[in-house]
Amino acid sequence: MARFCAGFAFALQGLLRRSVSHSLLSFGSITGACGAIQKLTRVRVVDNSALGNTSYHRPPKCIHVYNKTGVGKVGDKILLAIKGEKKKALIVGHKMPGPTMTPRFDSNNVVLIEDNGNPIGTRIKTPIPYTLRRREGEFSKVLAIARNFV
Amino acid sequence: RVSSDGKPPKFQPPPKPVIIDRKTQKEQSRFLSPEFIPPRGRTDPLKYYIERKDMIQRRKVFNIPEFYVGHVLAVTTANPHTSDKSNRFVGICIQRGGKGLGATFVLRNVIEDQGVEICYELYSPRIQAIEVLRLEKRLDENLMYLRDALPEYSTFDVNMKPAPRMDHEEIPVNKLQVRMKPKPWSKRWERPKYNIKGIKFELPERKMQAAQKWSQPWLEFDMLREYDTSKIEEKIRKELSEELGK
Repeated sequence: MARFCAGFAFALQGLLRRSVSHSLLSFGSITGACGAIQKLTRVRVVDNSALGNTSYHRPPKCIHVYNKTGVGKVGDKILLAIKGEKKKALIVGHKMPGPTMTPRFDSNNVVLIEDNGNPIGTRIKTPIPYTLRRREGEFSKVLAIARNFV
Repeated sequence: RVSSDGKPPKFQPPPKPVIIDRKTQKEQSRFLSPEFIPPRGRTDPLKYYIERKDMIQRRKVFNIPEFYVGHVLAVTTANPHTSDKSNRFVGICIQRGGKGLGATFVLRNVIEDQGVEICYELYSPRIQAIEVLRLEKRLDENLMYLRDALPEYSTFDVNMKPAPRMDHEEIPVNKLQVRMKPKPWSKRWERPKYNIKGIKFELPERKMQAAQKWSQPWLEFDMLREYDTSKIEEKIRKELSEELGK
């Protein structure tokens, strides 16, 4: 009974679209922040790559975190499922508050990346935390295309 | 006493006698930073005294201006990863938390359509400068609801010039009522527990009344929760004026 109601509500949400959608995420319903990025988190791709910006009926989701713990923080690589394909990505900001003096973003931001670390897009407009500069060697190309730092 | 529909009668608080003491009201307008006031508990006051000494030491070297929640601040911090070693962030103060040396404040701004919040520690040696750009108090002491409000209420120009401060006496209260994004919100701000006055709730009457179900009108009369800080504040004010006046 509960599952039927949930399915019905989800179908309704497609019809009753909120008339004013101010966030760039156009998902149906959004649950609260459950910590940093882990498997099945919906993320927001912030670079200007074609893969990240074309719309699809399913939002990009994390399917694996390349970490000892399954939780990804800023600077961790994850595997993303976008538009039916798998792509690696770098986490550049999450909703979970981190150490003091580090920025906390209102959405889980991610930059698409190749296996060797080259970014797919050519520009990142959203602000990136300065803490990524500590690993200048690994992320030099991503930092080079970033415009704003926080 | 029999009520009309069989339910227990709604709690009517007794009228509280209002005592206006005109003598002491003038002296209360001086500002004391909230992190100096020790929390209610059974810890030895010596611990708070030692912490206050360290806080005063820091304040002698570095000027921490008087600011409240709702002020727009620009904070310059030292950062080894920036090109010129320092980093400036402008934002509205949405929360002041912590006591003693661990006192923090959270600044919020929306940059390039992305909401960013940074929690700064007031007494951290990494902070190089704090400037107050706009002085105004808001209707609430906690503006966390700005996360669920329309982004225009949290956007502040990074190159804002500090507004000139006219009076040294009163800080204007901005009675702005903020419009929210559609629900769901991160917290149910309409509930009386948060007691928010700065939101223009466009919810139906039915929902606002349903939220009142969670009201706890007896809380303000609970004597065990009372914490009278007037004597402690006087002592701390005297200490501060002595030390910082030197």
